[in-house]
Order: sequence, then structure tokens, then C-alpha cells
Amino acid sequence: MFYELRIMTTSSVSKGCFVFKPSTKKKKTSLTVADYFNEGLKDSEDGKKRFESCQLLWQQMKSQTEQLQEELNKRLFENLIGFLRKSHADFHDKKDDWSCRMRASEIPTAALVLGVNVTDHDLTFNSLADILHETITPYVVLLQSKECPGIKQLLQKLLIQLMGNTADIELDEEEEQVTISQRKMNCSLASLSGWYKRATKKPASPKKKRSSTSTHWESPPVVVIFKDLESFTASVLQEFIVISSGYVQELPLVLVFGIATSPMIIHRLLSHSVSSRLCIELFQSMSCTEHLATVVDQLLLTNHFPFKLSGRALQVLITIFLYHDFSVQNFIKGLQLSVVEHFYTQPLSVLCCSLPESRKRIKNLSHAQCENIRHLSSFMSYVESQTPENQVKLLTNDSFLKEMTQEFLERLTSYHENFTPILRCLHHFTCILPKYPLGKQVRELYCACLEKKVWETEDYNSALLLLRMLAKDEIVTTLQKCVAVLTPYSEKELGHTLEKLEEFLIHFQSLEENTLNGEDEDTSPQKALQKKTDLYQLQKKLLEMKETRRAKKLTKFEMLRQDVVDFIDCIVREYLVPPEMLPLHEVVYFSAASTLRRHLNAAPRVALHTALNNPASYLKTLENEAGSVSNVAPDICIAYKLHLECGRLINLYDWLEAFSTVVHAGEGSDSDSAQQVDEVTHARFIRAVSELELLGFVKPTKQKTDHVARLTWGGC
Amino acid sequence: MSSLAHTAYPEEKLQEVAKLTLCRESQVSTLLSIFGERQHLSFPSIFIYGHTGTGKTYILQTVLSTLELPCAFINCVECFTPRLLFEQILNHLHHHHPAPENEFSSKERCDTFNDFVRLYNRGMSELSLQETFYIVLDKAELLREMDANLLPGFLRLQELTESNVTVIFLTEIVWETFRPNTGCFEPLTLYFPDYSKVELQKILSSEFPVKYSAEFYASYINILLGVFYTVCRDIKELRHLAALNFPKFCEPVIKGEAKESDSHKLWKNIEPHLKRAMQTVYLREISSSQWERIQQEDREASHLKGLSAHAHVELPYYSKFLLIAAYLASFNPARTDKRFFLKHHGKIKKTDFLKKHEKTSNHLLGPKPFPLDRLLAILYSIVDSRVAPTANIFSQISSLVTLQLLTLVGHDDQLEGPKYKCTVSLDFIRAVARTVNFDIVRYLYDFL
Ligand SMILES: Nc1ncnc2c1ncn2[C@@H]1O[C@H](COP(=O)(O)OP(=O)(O)OP(=O)(O)O)[C@@H](O)[C@H]1O
Ligand SMILES: [Mg+2]
Repeated sequence: MFYELRIMTTSSVSKGCFVFKPSTKKKKTSLTVADYFNEGLKDSEDGKKRFESCQLLWQQMKSQTEQLQEELNKRLFENLIGFLRKSHADFHDKKDDWSCRMRASEIPTAALVLGVNVTDHDLTFNSLADILHETITPYVVLLQSKECPGIKQLLQKLLIQLMGNTADIELDEEEEQVTISQRKMNCSLASLSGWYKRATKKPASPKKKRSSTSTHWESPPVVVIFKDLESFTASVLQEFIVISSGYVQELPLVLVFGIATSPMIIHRLLSHSVSSRLCIELFQSMSCTEHLATVVDQLLLTNHFPFKLSGRALQVLITIFLYHDFSVQNFIKGLQLSVVEHFYTQPLSVLCCSLPESRKRIKNLSHAQCENIRHLSSFMSYVESQTPENQVKLLTNDSFLKEMTQEFLERLTSYHENFTPILRCLHHFTCILPKYPLGKQVRELYCACLEKKVWETEDYNSALLLLRMLAKDEIVTTLQKCVAVLTPYSEKELGHTLEKLEEFLIHFQSLEENTLNGEDEDTSPQKALQKKTDLYQLQKKLLEMKETRRAKKLTKFEMLRQDVVDFIDCIVREYLVPPEMLPLHEVVYFSAASTLRRHLNAAPRVALHTALNNPASYLKTLENEAGSVSNVAPDICIAYKLHLECGRLINLYDWLEAFSTVVHAGEGSDSDSAQQVDEVTHARFIRAVSELELLGFVKPTKQKTDHVARLTWGGC
Repeated sequence: MSSLAHTAYPEEKLQEVAKLTLCRESQVSTLLSIFGERQHLSFPSIFIYGHTGTGKTYILQTVLSTLELPCAFINCVECFTPRLLFEQILNHLHHHHPAPENEFSSKERCDTFNDFVRLYNRGMSELSLQETFYIVLDKAELLREMDANLLPGFLRLQELTESNVTVIFLTEIVWETFRPNTGCFEPLTLYFPDYSKVELQKILSSEFPVKYSAEFYASYINILLGVFYTVCRDIKELRHLAALNFPKFCEPVIKGEAKESDSHKLWKNIEPHLKRAMQTVYLREISSSQWERIQQEDREASHLKGLSAHAHVELPYYSKFLLIAAYLASFNPARTDKRFFLKHHGKIKKTDFLKKHEKTSNHLLGPKPFPLDRLLAILYSIVDSRVAPTANIFSQISSLVTLQLLTLVGHDDQLEGPKYKCTVSLDFIRAVARTVNFDIVRYLYDFL
């Protein structure tokens, strides 16, 4: 780790040099992304095509996620825009109204609760700003806490952003007005309101006709967005609000508080006298778990994209989301990483494209690629299940293999086509069960089905048991939902599944009609019960009834229910086979979960400890030296290992002696050990210790001058 | 009005002042006698204090503007640097307004008090102003946080500039908290006492809407004060509440169900409404515009949840445990960790329990700082599965800090083991713990 650190600093130094040396800079920039992609490929088969498919696929996925994001934010933004529209309605008409005069002039404020996934907020705010720009007002300011340590900086930021804005609007005329010298100007709200008066007066002149400004009002509100309210200093906020509340009459200010936790933070940050100057309304965005559910639903549970995640890989991404950051952006980043990794490491990913395209590509496969196919484990297990002559053909005949490959890919595509709808149907059934044995969300069920044969799991069987106890109306509504899911597939393979489900529905309906006609069958024992009044007789009858009920033939409804559940079980076994069972699934499934975990959930402490404790794991020259402290290891490693054995306070002299012993261990002459430590060893020791101090393992202590204190406990 | 009789000012102006400044006759007349005639040298500095809403700003503004006295009315909140303060005063002196024409700049650049005195003198001689110039510094308590020479300088500005100037300080706090320990010129202090209920009634009733009679509005104010006077005496807040709820009061009259004089009927209509307002709008649980909407649509206020109903925060799984661990570390003494988190802690010493009764509850003392390592140690022992110390865990800790659920204490040296405090409430942490089925109370020393 320490070596890495050194490398990092040198690279930053060299970056500094690039500014002065254009030649090296040029060299750097001339490498394109594609070059980087190809350069590192271990198996460079079809590198260019793989890169292109990778780029294309990711472009498509990205635009899909962006579209999704937009739709998800739509409702929230509409509400907000509605609020902004009416917030300063009184600014326009009822200025002189009595009640308006009497009321304290409050600043309209939208408290926007966005959830703790702070990394996602930037995107939301940017699109919010864009939408506001388009629909309500050209005056939108985004403020971030770290730019505003004091009221002065806050006002500066505010004024610069606003006055800079008009520069775009009034580009065509009077350019001398546009450049307001920031230095001379007083950064105060008085200046701002003066500027506002002037800026809004202008568009009234008939000369101006701009499509963007025409949708705005005559006096559009000035929207100030505090992106991360929690991190703002309370005093800065309070001062800003107190100052600006004095200007509401002249300047239609609207605040938007971006809140990650809960709106209670407003009361914690602002005193009553300040919060009483605000007119706060609450807006809540969709919770991030719902957001993730939609992303999974629209991005992974569709057949728009040839690329798929294996159960394990998906689990890693979901775990990071649920356990660590709640960030949809990071989830999508993880997905992107999987896409890139897949195309980068899997030579056969060249076939991960649309079916017609893959047909062409299969034809052009090289012999080496055919060999790659033969080495796939899924292919090998397929070969084993074949007749001997077929086996030979598969293993030796390239063109036959290509034919088969084509067939495998087609089979994979149709497998996916059936998989998702059936999965959704099963989910409709399991998500109404008590305690959700197969998960509440469709993604949980999806993971389960990807990983193993779901019908062999305990959860599945308990779910089936519960399904056999469903009430009629529940079954009927769920069946209807399933029919809706399957309707688009009526022309395809799933057509007869759909027919079967519709048939069930008809049966249920006729059942209903029957029971309406003849109810006597079911109620007769009860009627008999009412007649008996003798206690002994009654008990006897009750016992009888219990027995008959157990042995009794199932009612029609129960039989039908049985049939439905059996049918569901049957289609699950048919269509929800885990992908690992299919030959050539490696082409479209990315399964390197450990790579993902290593990249996305790094463990710096562990890495540091491994590097220092066992340098052989990083330095290949030391490989045979594993285990005990050896004198060829870097000095810092020796010092580190020795310090692990110490308590909270380490005596420097003892440490030095131990260090010297280890360093000179190879020299054999044990008579020297009692001798004075030589200067070189001393210097090496001091350097090692100061390196440890830099890394935060030890620090000098005032308790004892010749000691240092350990800052870490345990191994890592 | 005889009480304001003053030879220096025209009678009708004085009457106008008296009409506008209700219940402040004595303060106004004191002020006027200190001011003296327009050209006369007045007292160098006047210090006016009184609670919020006692009319300090209003009275001063009314007097100065009605009598057309030359003045600079400065709000110190707005002038957060001395430069802004000086330049604003000079702008007022020269009747200069920052505008697009002058690129929003001040008349003159002025950075130090010395410059200010010089530029002020120059301005005075340029304008050849004979009358007293009044500089009013509102929210003067903020001057204490600015440069040390500012307050003493303004107190004796008359002497420093050798001109006819009076500086008036307006603030909510007493003079004793201002006086620098090096000593300074003592200003004349003037106290604005709180308004009594009767005075509030008089002032508030004076501003009745044109559509209704003064008596009608006065009876409304009377009911309003009956409800709110015990909790709120701030005239601005009261006036705001009065305006918000007045439409509801008029409702029976508009509908024709009652006459303006049916005071009992009107009272029965408005009283429960006002009580509800006290629990919602007054506390800013519901905003005034939402309150108005409720009123118009005639709904029950209970349909709308206030801000504090949304206290729940959704957190990632490990963040919840980190927060719980932080809470435990903040409120449990470190020596008890063994007892709570070691699987085989052996016998619990009785002395631990004896000690407990002597001390106050840790929850009353507030959260204590704890080092990062203790937090992680507790985390590892309360989470069932193994948690690797990954980068994500560490970034979750810093996210909790940015969310203000934890605070970093003494962050001068990052290497030297940072310390944190947990800032959430017991209710909050219990809600969090409930979502992960963790019985936090069993782990808290205070509740043993
Ligand atoms: N005597 C009065 N007559 C009429 N109106 C009054 C009177 N006193 C106060 N008011 C009204 O009360 C409002 C609040 O008063 P003002 O702002 O002057 O209080 P303040 O003492 O300056 O408070 P703060 O210390 O918070 O600045 C004024 O806008 C004014 O309309
Ligand atoms: Mg005031």
C-alpha cells in the first residue's frame, strides 16, 4: 500500500509536468477509450467488435435509465412547479390587500425530502433546475453547503449565478450592461433586488420575442435551491433568511431545501423566529427502494438487452445498495462495470448482441473462438450428454459447432422470452402470501430463480403450501393479473399457458354460478346440527363431522384450486430453469461476482494489512518467503510485523533492537547481536517507523517520550 | 396632544406621529426632547433596548420619517462586514442608491473606521448639512461580533467627526452585555417595555379591515388574545395569526347565520379553530398557506400531517447499525462495554450497579464523544453476520456525519483517531432499532 502511495504521488507530479510538456500530453490524449480497452485484453479475439457492442449496449442501457429517471421524477416536479406557480401569485395581484399587509411576509419554501442517497441528488437537482428553467423562471440558483461557509460567500454565489444568467438571455443587445464587474459590486440583496427590477422590466419591451422567456411570467420568481440543507451552517442559513425576508416585497424569492433525512432538520437548524418567516410546504420523492425496484424491473427484467447479470453478481449489486448506500446511481455504475467487465474478459461476448447480428458474427468466428466455445463448462456438460458421434462432431467440426452455436443462442433468446413473464406470474402469486416466503419484491424472486432450481428450495415448497390455502377471490384476481402479463405473448410459445389460465378463470366463474344455484350440499350438516339438542348426541355428531370433513371429497373449488397450483408448479419447472443449465449461457451472463465485489466494495484496511503483513502477496519476488518475519521483506513490513506483537505503548528502543535482529538474522554471527546497532540499520528503522506513522499506525505520545502509541487494534 | 408638544416641530407633524405610535407616548416624547431642535447638537449616542416586537424599529422609523429628519437607517444583519456598514451609511448620507446605472457600487469605497470618519467628514462639508444626522443601527448586537473598534467608535462618533451626528442603537439585549471591558463612552439608554394585554388590544385593533367596523374587529382581537396571549406576546406573530384566521371569524356573518353583534355565536365558532391553530400554524407544523387552504376547503386540520409527522428516516442496513452502535457508544460508559458486548462476560459486578444510582442519567448529560475504533468494535458485536471493514462502511460513517446524525468532534487531526458523537434522540434510535429487530433498551446502561 505504501508503495502504491508513492506511485500515486509520482503520477500526480508527472501530471503537473504535462502542462509544460505538450509532447507527452499529446501522447496521452491520443490513446482512445478503444485503445485502452484493446490494450489490456488478455484474449484479444474480436476486440474491436466487442468494444463496439459494449459501447452500443451501454448507450442503450444508459438512455433507458435516463428516461426512467425522468419519468420517476415527473410527479414530484409537477407538484413542485404547481407550488412555485401559486407561491407568488399574491406578488402579482393582491399586493395592497388588507390581509396581505397584516400577514408577516413569509418566504415560500419547498422542503424537498429526497432520502439519504445523497449521491443521487445531484442528478435530480440538475434536472429540476432544467425543468424550472424551461417552464417557470430563468432565475434558478443552486447552492451547495461547501461553497457557502459564510453569508458573504453565499450571497456572492447567489448574485454571480443570477447575474451571470441574464448574460445568456440578453446576449443580443446592450452588451455593456451584461458585464457587471463583480469586484465593484456590493454583494447584497439590495443590489439583487435592484437588478431584478431592471431585469424583469426589460422583456416587457415589444422588441424582445424569445420563445424561452415568453413562457415565463412578467415577474418570474427567483428560486434558490439549497442542495444539502443538513450540511449548511445554521447561522448562515438564518442570516440569509432574515436578510431576504426583508426583501420579499420587491423580490419574489422562493427557497427549495434539499433534505436527505427528515423535515425535522428545519426546526433543528432554524429557530422559531426564523422559521416563522418561512411558509414551508413538504414534497417527498419516491423512496429509493421503490426506485431501485423500478430500475430492476425496467432494466434487468426486460429482453431489450442481450446482456444479463448472473444471480450472484446481481446479489452483490443489490447488497451494496441495501446494506451500504441506497444509491441508485451507484447501482447503475455497478451495472456499467459489469457490462464493461463482461465484454473485456469474455472473448465470446462478441456474440452478446441481437439475434440477427449474432448470426452474422457466428459465421465469422475464428478457429480460436471455436476453441473458446469448446472450453466453456456449459458446453462441455452439453457434449457429455450427447451421443459419441455427435460428441466427435462437436469437438472437431467447426462449421457444425457454428450451427449448434446458432441454435444455442436461439434457445437462450426464447428461454429469456418465456422466463420473465412466467417469473412475473409467479411473483403475483407469491407476493400476496403471508410473510413473503419468496420475497416481497420481484427482484428477490429473480435472484432466487437465477441461482438455483427454485422448485427445490424450501421456501418455494412452503409457498406452494400456502398457495393451496388461498381464498377464491384472491386466486381469481391473481389469475387475472397473470393473464394481463401473458396477453402480449398470446402468439408465442406461452400462448397455451395463457389459454390454460383463461380456462381456469372460466371454471371459477361457473363455480360461482353453481354455488348460487345449489347451496344445500355444503350447509346440510350444519342444519342437522341445529336439530340435535341432546348433549351426547351433539358431541357425537361433531366428532363425526370432523371425520367426514377430513375424509370427505374435496369441494369443487378446492379441486380447482389444487389444479391451479399444480399448473403453476408445472410452468415454473418448465420455464424458470436457472440459466446455468443452458449451454453457452456464459455468452450473455456476467458472473464474476467477486470481481464486482472487489471493485465496488473495497476493503482498504484489509489490503493494507495484507500488504504489510504478507508482502509476498504483492511482491512476487518474495513468494517463497511466506510465513515468519524475514529479513528480505521491505523494512516497513518488518517494523509492522514486530509492532503487531506489542501492546498499546511501544518502547522504541526495544523495537529497534528487535528490528536490528531480524534485519541481520541472515548474517549468522549471533555474537554481533548484543552489539550496538549500526547507523544504517538505525536510519532504516527510523524511516520505517515514520512511514508507519504516516500511514496512521503509530503516533508519538506525551505519556512517555521514548515510546510511541499504537493506533490500531487487532489485525485490521 | 399635549404630551408631544414640542416647539421645534410643526404641530400637525407631531399629531401624525402621535396617531401612528400608539402606547409609546412617553418614549416618543423622551426621544424628541433628547433630539432637541433640528440644528441643536444632540446626545452622541442613544441605546434603545426591549424585547422583540416592542416597536423599536417601527417607532424610530415613524418618528424620523414623519419629522423628515436626515438619517441613515441600517440593519446590521444585512451589513455583515464593516465595509458594507460604512458604505451604506455614506450612501444614505449622499442619497446614493446602488443601481444598475452605477453597477450596484457604493458611493465611495471605505474599509476602515478611520476612512469612514474621514469620508463622513468630507461628505458633511460637501453637503454643508447643518441639522443633526441620525445613524440608526438596528440589530446592534451583531456589532459585538465585528471588529473591536466598531462599537466604541460609533459610541463617540460625534466627538471623532466633530460634527452634529447622533448614533442610535436598537437591540433586544441590555447595555451591560455590550460594554467592552476596556471601558467606553456611555450612551443614554432607553427601555421599550413589553406591551400589556390592553396595549396589544389597542394596537392590534387599530388596523381593522375597511369592510368591517372597528368594534367588530376589536371583539375578534379580544378573542384572539384570550387564546394566544399566554403563549405568544409578539405583536408581529399575533397580527399574522389575526389575519390568517379572520376569514373564519367572518364566515357566519357572510353566510347570514349571525350578525356582527352576536358575539357569543361568533366566539363559539372561532374559539376551537384558534386552539387548533395554536397547535399547528403557530408552531409552523403547517404553513400558513396550507392553513388557509384547509380553512377554505373547510376540512379538518388533522388530515394534513405536520412536519414532525415525517420524522422517519430510511437508512441502509449497516447505516442503521452504525447509528445504533454510535448511540450506544455515546450514552454507555466505555467501562460497561464488556458487560454488554462480550459473550462470556462472567459475573456482572454488583458495584457497577451501585455506582449507577449515585450518578445522573447519561441521557440527561447528553452524548459523549467516542473514538472510531470503539464504534466499529460495537458494530461488529451487534451485527449478526460478519462485517468486513470495507471502504463502504467508512464512507457510511462520513455520510452519517454529513446527514448530521453523527458529529465529528475535534477534527483537527484525521490520523489521530477521529472522535464522534451521536446526535439523534432516543425516540429516533428506538424507531431505527425496531426496523432491524434490535432491542436497544436492553443495551443501554441507563435503562438497566
Ligand atoms: N406602538 C405601536 N403602534 C403601532 N404599531 C406598532 C407599535 N409597536 C409595534 N407596532 C407594530 O409591530 C411591528 C413590529 O415592531 P418592530 O419591528 O418595530 O419591533 P422591534 O422591537 O423592532 O422588534 P425586533 O427586536 O424583533 O426588531 C411593527 O411593524 C409595527 O407595525
Ligand atoms: Mg426591529
